[in-house]
Amino acid sequence: MRASNVTKAVALALSVAWVAGCSTSGSSSNTGETAGSNNGSTQGVNQGSGVSGSSMSDVANLQTVFYFDFDKSVVKANGFSDLEKHAAFLAANPAAQVVLEGHADERGTREYNMALGERRAKAVSRFLQVNGASASQIETVSFGEEKPQILGHSESSWSQNRRVELKYVSR
Amino acid sequence: MFDKGKNVKSVFHLLVASCVLLLSSLTYAESDLAIEITQGIDEPTPVAVVPFSWNGSFALKEDIAKIVSADLGRTGLFKMMNRENMLSFPTQQDQVYYRDWRVSKTEFLVIGRQIPAEGKQIKVEFELYDVLKEKRLLAERVSGTQDNMRDIAHYISDMIYQKLTGIRGAFSTRIVYVTAQQFGEGKVNYRLKMADSDGARPITIRQQSEPLMSPAWARDGSKLAYVSFESGKPAIYIQYLATGKREKIQSFRGLNGAPAWSPDGNKLAIVLSKDGNPEVYILDLRSRSLARITHHYGIDTEPSWSPDGQSLIFTSDRGGQPQIYRIHLPTRQLERVTYEGNYNSRGRLTQDGRFLAMVHRGIDNVFHIAVQDLKTGRLDVLTDTYLDESPTIAPNGSIILYATQKGVKGVLGGVTLDGSVRFILPAVSGDVREPAWSPYLQ
Repeated sequence: MRASNVTKAVALALSVAWVAGCSTSGSSSNTGETAGSNNGSTQGVNQGSGVSGSSMSDVANLQTVFYFDFDKSVVKANGFSDLEKHAAFLAANPAAQVVLEGHADERGTREYNMALGERRAKAVSRFLQVNGASASQIETVSFGEEKPQILGHSESSWSQNRRVELKYVSR
Repeated sequence: MFDKGKNVKSVFHLLVASCVLLLSSLTYAESDLAIEITQGIDEPTPVAVVPFSWNGSFALKEDIAKIVSADLGRTGLFKMMNRENMLSFPTQQDQVYYRDWRVSKTEFLVIGRQIPAEGKQIKVEFELYDVLKEKRLLAERVSGTQDNMRDIAHYISDMIYQKLTGIRGAFSTRIVYVTAQQFGEGKVNYRLKMADSDGARPITIRQQSEPLMSPAWARDGSKLAYVSFESGKPAIYIQYLATGKREKIQSFRGLNGAPAWSPDGNKLAIVLSKDGNPEVYILDLRSRSLARITHHYGIDTEPSWSPDGQSLIFTSDRGGQPQIYRIHLPTRQLERVTYEGNYNSRGRLTQDGRFLAMVHRGIDNVFHIAVQDLKTGRLDVLTDTYLDESPTIAPNGSIILYATQKGVKGVLGGVTLDGSVRFILPAVSGDVREPAWSPYLQ
């Protein structure tokens, strides 16, 4: 618990510094997974949602899938940076909205995994809010283990299924 | 286990007295259904179901004797004789020579006749004999058409099962399950299917391109509740089986899941996270009022009702890991039920309230189906298959069906409550999961 408070403080400090620096992010060479790699229905995702101010290209190259360790609902540290940038974008664009889709790997029972998926989506939601997004811009949905990214019964598949997918939606 | 049958009991006692530990691995192939009989102390009762006679002008689509034999064999209580080993094929009483059957150690004999009647009707007469007592125990006649021969076979199995065990048979019940079939690029077709208790005659009762989960039978057998993602978010629907009519119950922000019908059919226990985290609620279907049952910041989910409707079993990770708890509804008194293993969830009680089937993970770190005797506290792990989940119990407590993996494919497995017989249901297309066993029907 204490560790995550420290993390939050650091994240907050970093994001404050970033916003103060007011730079457009040209440094994201990390493309990561994109939203298009999912196999679920896309709820009105519209890359050209026409939000005023900065454009969607600010976030187009950011990671949109964030992963978790087994039985954990704490975002892995390697996702912090891009999540902060998403948060900053949301903070700068009050009309922008995201849906966070939470998932779990196949182990354990399905309804319990629905709850785990939700826990993860909410963890990402809290992170975004701490970093400047407003709660009204964020919706969370859990799919539990029902929409795996990869089919398979080993840790390499499971680790890819323990995830939250961030998707920008048009209003 | 046996209510009657003196010769059965004497065989049982003989074997127990001589401490025979039977470790046999016997596979019996019956049209794709492989039954594996694992270790057991009691010898299953040998029964022979002789092919029924037929002298009609058209070929019969179903082999009643074969279905009856498979039904009885799946319960683990009976050792069914292979046709190849039968020395004679009596179809009426005066053809039964008890000595022949005693030689093969058969204890009970089933014979029958199928007789064509007017208007494509078929009369089926069947008889059950006690070989050792040389006595006829049952003689009945039913009639039907080609299309309900399987129903007739299951009815016959129910009658024989009840006569030999004193317990009502559950062969004439139905199961529903979910299938997921991939097609094209990342597209999946989800279906809710209903089949006979042996997996035969599956029909699709719902299909869509978004997931379906948690099917639950109402106790009167007329409707199901289930979770569907068709709106983009999980919501609970009720589907009336006779008409196919569907009703979405009020859905809230966050989770809507794990519907469980009260025994009187008037309430649904459900899981909602609208108040901050997953909690168990009871929705009164008449008044539509919602009562909150759990109040804890942990995950509370997977409710199921005790047979008297006075308490709920549910899964909670309030203690750190998922375990099963019980709450007495009138007093709201809460107690923890499971203590063995690091993960226990998805509890389902037998109709007598005595046994709790669950998904259990112990030191081997593998998810299995286990049963806890609530009277003694003893836990038995029943399966050695992999990634087992969703146990559902036959209304007479004889068999547990569950979802498991065979390679990369989801399949349904079955196991008797004492773990002595295991089987895998014939493979169907797609990934199969979440079986739910109907109550007694009609």
